[in-house]
Amino acid sequence: MLGIDGLSAGEITGLLDLSEEFVDLNRQIEKKRTTLRGRTQINLFFESSTRTQSSFELAGKRLGADVMNMSIASSAIRKGETLLDTAATLNAMHPDLIVVRHQASGAVELLAQKVQCSVINAGDGAHEHPTQALLDALTIRRNKGDIGRLTVAICGDILHSRVARSNIVLLNTLGARVRVVAPTTLLPAGIERMGVEVFRDMRAGLKDADIVMMLRLQRERMNGSLIPSTKEYFHYYGLDTAKLKYAKPDALVMHPGPMNRGVEIDSAVADGAQSLIQEQVEMGVAVRMAVLEALARNLPNA
Amino acid sequence: MSRSATRPILLTNARVIDPSRDLDQPGDVLITDGVIRESGKNIRAAGIPEGAEIVECNGHVVAPGLVDMRAFIGEPGAEHRETLASASQAAAAGGVTTIVCQPDTDPPIDDPATVDYVLRRARDTAIVHVLPMAALTKRLEGKEMAEIGLLKAAGAVAFTDGTKSVMNAQVFRRTLAYAADFDALIVHHTEDANLVGDGVMNECEYASRLGLLGIPKEAETVMLARDVRLVALTEARYHAASITCEESIKVLRRAKEEGLSVTASATINHLALNENDVGSYRTFLKLSPPLRAEEDRQALAAAIKEGVIDVVVSDHNPQDVEVKRLPFADAAPGAVGIETMLPVGLRLVHDKSLSLLKLLHAMSTRPAELLDIQAGSLRPGAPADVVLFDADMPWVLDRSTLKSRCSNSPFDEARLSGRVLRTIVAGRTVYEYV
Repeated sequence: MLGIDGLSAGEITGLLDLSEEFVDLNRQIEKKRTTLRGRTQINLFFESSTRTQSSFELAGKRLGADVMNMSIASSAIRKGETLLDTAATLNAMHPDLIVVRHQASGAVELLAQKVQCSVINAGDGAHEHPTQALLDALTIRRNKGDIGRLTVAICGDILHSRVARSNIVLLNTLGARVRVVAPTTLLPAGIERMGVEVFRDMRAGLKDADIVMMLRLQRERMNGSLIPSTKEYFHYYGLDTAKLKYAKPDALVMHPGPMNRGVEIDSAVADGAQSLIQEQVEMGVAVRMAVLEALARNLPNA
Repeated sequence: MSRSATRPILLTNARVIDPSRDLDQPGDVLITDGVIRESGKNIRAAGIPEGAEIVECNGHVVAPGLVDMRAFIGEPGAEHRETLASASQAAAAGGVTTIVCQPDTDPPIDDPATVDYVLRRARDTAIVHVLPMAALTKRLEGKEMAEIGLLKAAGAVAFTDGTKSVMNAQVFRRTLAYAADFDALIVHHTEDANLVGDGVMNECEYASRLGLLGIPKEAETVMLARDVRLVALTEARYHAASITCEESIKVLRRAKEEGLSVTASATINHLALNENDVGSYRTFLKLSPPLRAEEDRQALAAAIKEGVIDVVVSDHNPQDVEVKRLPFADAAPGAVGIETMLPVGLRLVHDKSLSLLKLLHAMSTRPAELLDIQAGSLRPGAPADVVLFDADMPWVLDRSTLKSRCSNSPFDEARLSGRVLRTIVAGRTVYEYV
């Protein structure tokens, strides 16, 4: 599971259907399954993460796997080991599933070539974050039904966002109308040829949108290099109640977290009635269980 | 400026020149309530409002008031050099009805509150319109883009780092790209700081004889060529602040042929003077960018005529005695010029380099278009910012009579032909020659 790119609409829908089962399971008191009993899952996070790592950990444990977390602060990488040496070392321990996040685009794919087990991309650089796109799709589908009828506006730092790329691919595959809204400095070159409509003016970009998906702006990009200041960014590209009014009255707001309140999103919106942000987190566990289960079906049994 | 009702004015028996309509003909101009009511021939037939002031123009020129896109004013921070009030007095005497002041003040105009301060201060103390350009980068350091959206919303008409160039091409590229989203005009001083080095005048034989370090023309052309490619990449609106040499004109011409949104100014000093005018270390002729060769001066005039260079600016830069009465290399660059830009510009008309219509176009209509402001036109309904001038009256400039707080004019004791007789701003006479 390296990316959304390459998945068919049927495969995506299948994963979403499977996820629905786990949403129900997760709401029960007894949340355990045994699909992954005896299996070893390694969470290898080269970049720090709270919600993705903990939700993969919970997903693995609820399916019965032995889950080991490796965060980079305490690993040999700090001592100068290369990515491929780390992969070889882990491979020698015979894991069944490795969940990887890495700061470099393509690093997860590189690692996947060197290990024998299933690899799940938990985010590589500015490339893909497939389980985030799936959990977003699940959240949208549960609230709005058929994704193919919807207009989705993705707003903010598109340039550095793997969430945006995975979502653009997924939403296009399911037939949604996708818009991106950002200043030119936060848009990658050629974005208009990736199946999206491009807007520099947020009000125009939000007009009649069903879903407003906000992206996090990294702190180091806030002052002067790509945008002048957080003050100006919030004024023109921060989602507040005034700008949200341009979207459909029943539009819903999403954010992959962690949020910068007062930078890309106003608290009144983040905590408001139209916000799906907490539901996204809940869906995250279910979607990751579905992905682990789907992969487990293909694991060798001998 | 107060908005109270003004007496109607009829300017009669004038040579009416309106570059916004390509018009140069005998006629009258009627001003009521601060706007042009009518202009052209036979307007008296429609009747003159009661109580109107009737000004007999004796065939002298009535034209839109000048719009000076580049003037350095010391307020806030260096009021001993110039205030908005004193600059506006000088402007009025020179027929300039709109001054665009530069952001290299202290503090620099790099946040919306300072834009607001300058606008309020100008409203309360200046007798002509004053519009600020804001900083392109924070503190004019060329490192981080300024709040272009908020500054524009506060009233900044364009963005510039004054006499500094943004050396970091990545910073400049991103700033252009961001500015394009807001349709903001970027005005850039085009000089590569490393090529300028410690140079103080044009790199030429004369500089070598004087023992002064030269600044090659390539310092300008290299930076301009870089900028043009970045404009093509970002589709920003770009204006070169002060073009001085023939090679740069070629770069501009090609950019325009490519259809890029590239425009340029030349200063009145570079159109009227050359490197030899530095004479014996005359610091009033130390400018940035420096005066170039005579061929370059002639090429600039031809480029104005051709339209490759769009705008003529005063580059008004008051410097006091303490920073000018120094060895040439140590003296501050800059010259006052807002009060004399029209008479000096008329030299180009008298020597047949330019038509009067073209000169006035480059000094009023064209800058107003680039800045997207209501000015530079005598169309009915336009704001009544008007200049009446005698295009031929001979006089000798005595710099002690200049209205600016500083008198560092390179044209002291120069013989000039042509003089402003009356300047009207928003229908109110703010200057009259007596």
